[in-house]
Amino acid sequence: MKYLDEFRDPYIAKKIVDEIHAVTTKDWVIMEICGGQTHSILKNGIDQLIPKSIELVHGPGCPVCVTPLEKIDKALAIASRDDVIFTSFGDMLRVPGSKKDLFMVKSEGGDVRFVYSPLDALQIAKDNPMKKVVFFAVGFETTAPLTAMAAWQAKVQGIDNFSLLVSHVLVPPAMIALLNSPNNRVNGYLAAGHVCTVMGLDEYYPLAAKFKLPIVATGFEPVDILEGILMVVRQLEEGRHEVENQYARVVNRDGNSSAIDIINKVFEISDQKWRGIGLIPESGMILRDEMAVYDAEKIFDVENLKVDEPKECISGIILQGLKKPHECNAFGKKCTPKNPLGATMVSSEGACAAYYAYNRQENLK
Amino acid sequence: MKKQIDPDEFTCPLPITKHDRIQLVHGSGGQMSNDLISKLFVWAFANDELNKQDDNAILQIDCKKLSFSTDSYVVDPIFFPGGDIGDLAVNGTVNDVAMAGAIPLYLSCGFIIEEGFLLENLKKIVISMKLAASSSGVKIVTGDTKVVNKGKGDKIFINTSGIGMIKHDYKIGADCLMPDDLIIVSGTIADHGICILSKREGLSFQSPIKSDTAPVHELVQIALKVGGSSIHAFRDPTRGGVAATLNEFAQSSNVGIRIKEEFLPVSQPVRGACEILGLDPLYIANEGKMIVVVKADRAIEVLEALRLHPLGKDAVIIGDVVDEKTKLVQLITTLGTSRIVDMPVGEQLPRIC
Repeated sequence: MKYLDEFRDPYIAKKIVDEIHAVTTKDWVIMEICGGQTHSILKNGIDQLIPKSIELVHGPGCPVCVTPLEKIDKALAIASRDDVIFTSFGDMLRVPGSKKDLFMVKSEGGDVRFVYSPLDALQIAKDNPMKKVVFFAVGFETTAPLTAMAAWQAKVQGIDNFSLLVSHVLVPPAMIALLNSPNNRVNGYLAAGHVCTVMGLDEYYPLAAKFKLPIVATGFEPVDILEGILMVVRQLEEGRHEVENQYARVVNRDGNSSAIDIINKVFEISDQKWRGIGLIPESGMILRDEMAVYDAEKIFDVENLKVDEPKECISGIILQGLKKPHECNAFGKKCTPKNPLGATMVSSEGACAAYYAYNRQENLK
Repeated sequence: MKKQIDPDEFTCPLPITKHDRIQLVHGSGGQMSNDLISKLFVWAFANDELNKQDDNAILQIDCKKLSFSTDSYVVDPIFFPGGDIGDLAVNGTVNDVAMAGAIPLYLSCGFIIEEGFLLENLKKIVISMKLAASSSGVKIVTGDTKVVNKGKGDKIFINTSGIGMIKHDYKIGADCLMPDDLIIVSGTIADHGICILSKREGLSFQSPIKSDTAPVHELVQIALKVGGSSIHAFRDPTRGGVAATLNEFAQSSNVGIRIKEEFLPVSQPVRGACEILGLDPLYIANEGKMIVVVKADRAIEVLEALRLHPLGKDAVIIGDVVDEKTKLVQLITTLGTSRIVDMPVGEQLPRIC
């Protein structure tokens, strides 16, 4: 299959692996930002191929994992209403709030549906004019343009039974928060390829310069990730700290200007709570005032629903790359995908779930 | 010393372990289904035949050995490329009966039909059942019809039960795997599940993906004839896909299983659909495929014999059984690394990005 097979090719992968071994002389800690990359690393066993002196730590780029508990409780409250059809991406439905998850609301009679795109939710709103259709919008800059387009289309088409529960977050502020942490160990970043496809690379230049660390926009297939690692290690070994683009087949420096335009039309930047990490300044997106009629929190009056974030469990430490999932005492024993103790075990993109699914034998030894 | 984290002190979001209502995932064929079955049904009905928890029960009546199985069909859409709920209901139960190495003979069928269902559609379904039964050589000998109020059912549900005769004396079952056995799958995987999902979600692909619904009892008989006592297990990997079947084998036989990614037979359209939807074909349902576990000495003969049958032409060896008490299924990737292929928890959910 074109555009896939060549990026999974064992011979090309082996060549890059050999090169990584050849250029690595010191210990390095590299963080991949995106949960999709974490998933691919564990699924393909990338960590088994690279030198022991390179440690891969897993970043906060799993939207399901970082969505605050409070937002999930708001989702549950709205989804329980008789007049609502509640929609979201598939893996949001299994994330526990304080007491329930969306699947449980569904089994109690709530109309909860998963969709592949917010525009599908908009279509459901058109098809069900007597119902209020809510889309639970989670994700990074990658999914934000889709959400923005759905809100924009609702406005253009005058669809007034559609609204959004928004929990969109931004990658660069989270990277800054992690780098500013006194516990930071990260020497280099694999930036999330699809976020860069939308936003471009400009945001990363000041980061690379200020924190003196290499940032490489990286894709998701094994060859992509290995090449991203090689590019970071090369820079580290040569004492460089630049922004480079491994994922040039879909990322360009300026990003996708139409996507950025629609985001800016619909959203503005705000402070945002991250589950397991806490409040990060200017790291989230909320609907602009002129789009407030599509804000489900206002429509359903859940703005004041406050839930104390539980005292941080290790998932917060894992999301910051300070510990690995198997360093948790509960990993694979008390905490499994069927019986998750933390959000990182719930989403298939969460680091704990990826470790459990693909590599627990090694890590339970 | 590193400070250990005591799980009892966790204040993470409360794990949802207990449900007071049935969730969809209880019917998905994964761990949650297994828990419900073993903790409620097997607990309540416990007996030697049921406790084995195979897809069929083996009944010894006087000197005769019978295979008995039942299944309910609730597929939506009821008509799909490659078949409909009718032939699915016949083939599915024929296959479940056959997996004991039996020759399927008789079926019952129960219809639960929603008020207002088009008679013309019912006729289509019944005709495909008739055709499927005659091509499998089974007779539908008893049945039942119930009609429920509009809105109280989803168009039509069909239950079929079946019995078949077991003529061999070999020990065959999920608990009979031995180290060094080889694992054969009879053809491309994930066709049925992806066909249904694409139809349900209105996804269309350049080449339409057809369900693989088919009776595989002839493949079972071919394997038995060629493999004899070297045949250790048969299973049709329906809900939960090849991954669920192999995990059940590993658990029941107390062995490890190793499969190789490069050997897995996945058609190009199905692979494309899985890539787009973010799904793993190992976890997707099949309705016309068989996994057979054979002692290495006869595996090649069995494979070659299966390939001569139209339903087995794409049969391949996908892996082997290893002497490991871990009871894990491991996949060797094309990169030479390995990863666990876990028992699915529930339905695969499309990921966010």
